[in-house]
Amino acid sequence: MANLMTGAEIVFKALEDQDVTHIFGYPGGAVLPIYDELKNHKSIKHILVRHEQGAGHAAEGYARSSGKPGVVLVTSGPGATNVVTALTDAYMDSVPLVCISGQVPTHLIGTDAFQECDTTGITRPCTKHNWLVKNINDLPRIMHEAFEVATTGRPGPVLVDIPKDIQFAKTKYFKPKKEKKLNGKLSNKFNQKEIDQLIDLMLKAKKPVFYTGGGVINSGPKASELLRELVSLTGFPITSTLQGLGAFPGDSNQFLGMLGMHGTYEANNVMHDCDLLINIGARFDDRITGKIDEFSPKSKKVHIDIDPSSINKIIKVNLSIVGDVKEVINLTIKTLKKKKLNLEKSNKEKISKWWEQIQKWRTKKSLNFINSDKVIKPQFAVQRLYELTKNKDTYITTEVGQHQMWAAQHYKFNKPNRWMTSGGLGTMGYGLPAAVGVQVAHPEKLVVDIAGEASVLMTIQEMSTAVQYNLPIKIFILNNQYMGMVRQWQELLHEKNYSESYSAALPDFVKLAEAYGCVGIRANTPNELDEKIEEMINTDKPVIFDCLVDPHENCFPMIPSGKPHNQMLLGPQDQEEKKITGKGKTLV
Amino acid sequence: MAKSKSAYSTPTKQGKIDTHIIVVWVDNESGVLARVVGLFSGRGYNIESLAVAEIDSKKNLSRITIVTTGTPRVIEQIKLQLKKLVPVHKVADFKKEDKKIIFKEMALLKIVANSVKIKRAINACKKFNGVILDNTKKSVVIQITALRRDIDKITKILKPLGLVSVSRTGAVAMTRGAEVFK
Ligand SMILES: Cc1ncc(C[n+]2csc(CCOP(=O)(O)OP(=O)(O)O)c2C)c(N)n1
Ligand SMILES: [Mg+2]
Repeated sequence: MANLMTGAEIVFKALEDQDVTHIFGYPGGAVLPIYDELKNHKSIKHILVRHEQGAGHAAEGYARSSGKPGVVLVTSGPGATNVVTALTDAYMDSVPLVCISGQVPTHLIGTDAFQECDTTGITRPCTKHNWLVKNINDLPRIMHEAFEVATTGRPGPVLVDIPKDIQFAKTKYFKPKKEKKLNGKLSNKFNQKEIDQLIDLMLKAKKPVFYTGGGVINSGPKASELLRELVSLTGFPITSTLQGLGAFPGDSNQFLGMLGMHGTYEANNVMHDCDLLINIGARFDDRITGKIDEFSPKSKKVHIDIDPSSINKIIKVNLSIVGDVKEVINLTIKTLKKKKLNLEKSNKEKISKWWEQIQKWRTKKSLNFINSDKVIKPQFAVQRLYELTKNKDTYITTEVGQHQMWAAQHYKFNKPNRWMTSGGLGTMGYGLPAAVGVQVAHPEKLVVDIAGEASVLMTIQEMSTAVQYNLPIKIFILNNQYMGMVRQWQELLHEKNYSESYSAALPDFVKLAEAYGCVGIRANTPNELDEKIEEMINTDKPVIFDCLVDPHENCFPMIPSGKPHNQMLLGPQDQEEKKITGKGKTLV
Repeated sequence: MAKSKSAYSTPTKQGKIDTHIIVVWVDNESGVLARVVGLFSGRGYNIESLAVAEIDSKKNLSRITIVTTGTPRVIEQIKLQLKKLVPVHKVADFKKEDKKIIFKEMALLKIVANSVKIKRAINACKKFNGVILDNTKKSVVIQITALRRDIDKITKILKPLGLVSVSRTGAVAMTRGAEVFK
């Protein structure tokens, strides 16, 4: 008789065979057999969070910073419902997660048993796929398939719901098989002809731009390397979405900065005026396109994406190339080199006027702000943080709000997988647990959550997790005492009716840090900022850094809703100038 | 122009809306219909009718036929989104006007009336190849297999003749000729 294993053993066997080393979870009645089995698997370390949402975001941070899938383990009922926000977040931002949830025993399913909920029903729209394991014999296959689905094609979260009796039941285990089927969903569908067409468009273009997104990061570090090669080979300007930051060096001269609602003046104007737009691994999100009818009206558009359903969803394109970004860029570079077009020279002349125009836009210095020597400006705080940490291999996570946009604008990323932020769902409370996950994956690296005082309170309990596992994460709070992004919209669009956007009754973050057993640091003025940041960096423990910033600062530039890219709202300096000269009305 | 107060852009002009028949081959596993239907409701697509049954018990395959309406872009999205679902094997899409396709719906019609009216009802159904499945002194159950609009028509005719109950399926579809959709 072959070796029979329990469902709980099979779960761990499968995790071992998938090279899982960390799981983020929280126990409960319906997963106890799995928790009981934990002790027998020394290669797998369990990180006990303080809330299941935290487990999900930590797994996301782990996945996005390491390129490996994040694994989550939760109990039935409230355990499962608590993880839904994180699953949805991972779904929107294409992060590979495998979530294992306990379920009431099969004979009780449908009876409203204690801590029963329809977990597969609730998570169906926020996972790539999910499974309710009703038969122990299906468990090994489903476990392997779960990893397969989560990590291939466009990555995303999956969930395996395992009733308690199945965790006790026994069957034969088998290892993951090599062959991939998934109903033929995994092919790179592009061909040489499409690449030739792309190159043809590239040769004809006078005003080209690369618009790159999270797909480049998801395609692996090699894709970022190849992107750098392609961009330098062509001499084209490049802009990036929020999720794509780091795929291309943020301090390169060819980089225009982030585009979109809070993107730079030059990036958005390039998008509007270009004659060739090459989208690599981005999805024409509505924070990027602004008004659809007037989006990049004069350009031919190319879309390179692994997900066919992203193509023509929002913006109709002239050429679509469905495939893994890495493979597509690789073949493009190869073809370019084979054709010996001497692109670097010929192209540079052709697009030199375009670069001149870009330089003019750049002189607007749209990320500028009016600094102060009395109060810390949030942008200044991010700039100082960048200057003082850029020589380390720093990992940055964020919460959601103004601070997130300032982080994206002023922190320059040079490598992929160093920037973890909730883009698609915009989940406040993401950054702190994500930092926990990043630090688990990279114990020796500096991990900073650039946070807002409102967001961070949504998952602040995970400081306990950081303390328990000696994870020296740094929570850098840009404390403006407001839900700043909400306040900004209310100021600009709702006649300054600051309805419920003041962060009243805030805790003393320094004392809070001490209560958790970590270190609290406060910066009150610009001239003490550097010294305090240094202190934070040099503290080998988790730190909550309460950076008191100007409560009234707004995040610019900004494309107001329903406006095209060339009608940006610029910062106060520019608005002043306009008043004086009476010019530039078109920009208001 | 009034200042928009929305954080989102305003809706733009829509394309022309057509009726399409989408055929989906899926693994016959639990939850698969919920996935397909949930995709439609979650993304705001329309379902006019739905028919589903297992068609190959060996391969464990079911065939779902969905009649939907949408702009060309929406229809394209529906197909691409369906193809992403793990249990979906292939997706076919036909325009309602497509001459190469046969569409049929079935209806069971119960008429309770006197013998004169029943006779007239049976006669009225002849044009649509009505089949009598059950017949008593006071009632008749007729089966009709036809296009949706024909069934709509006949039910209207039968109303005054004692039609008391209608049961209808969603449309099913098949290509004409020797061709098979790959
Ligand atoms: C879970 C959740 N609830 C509500 C929102 C809406 N929202 C977006 S930004 C924001 C304010 C964030 O305030 P804070 O964390 O202090 O950041 P700031 O904008 O002040 O930098 C809110 C409430 C959200 N994104 N996520
Ligand atoms: Mg704030």
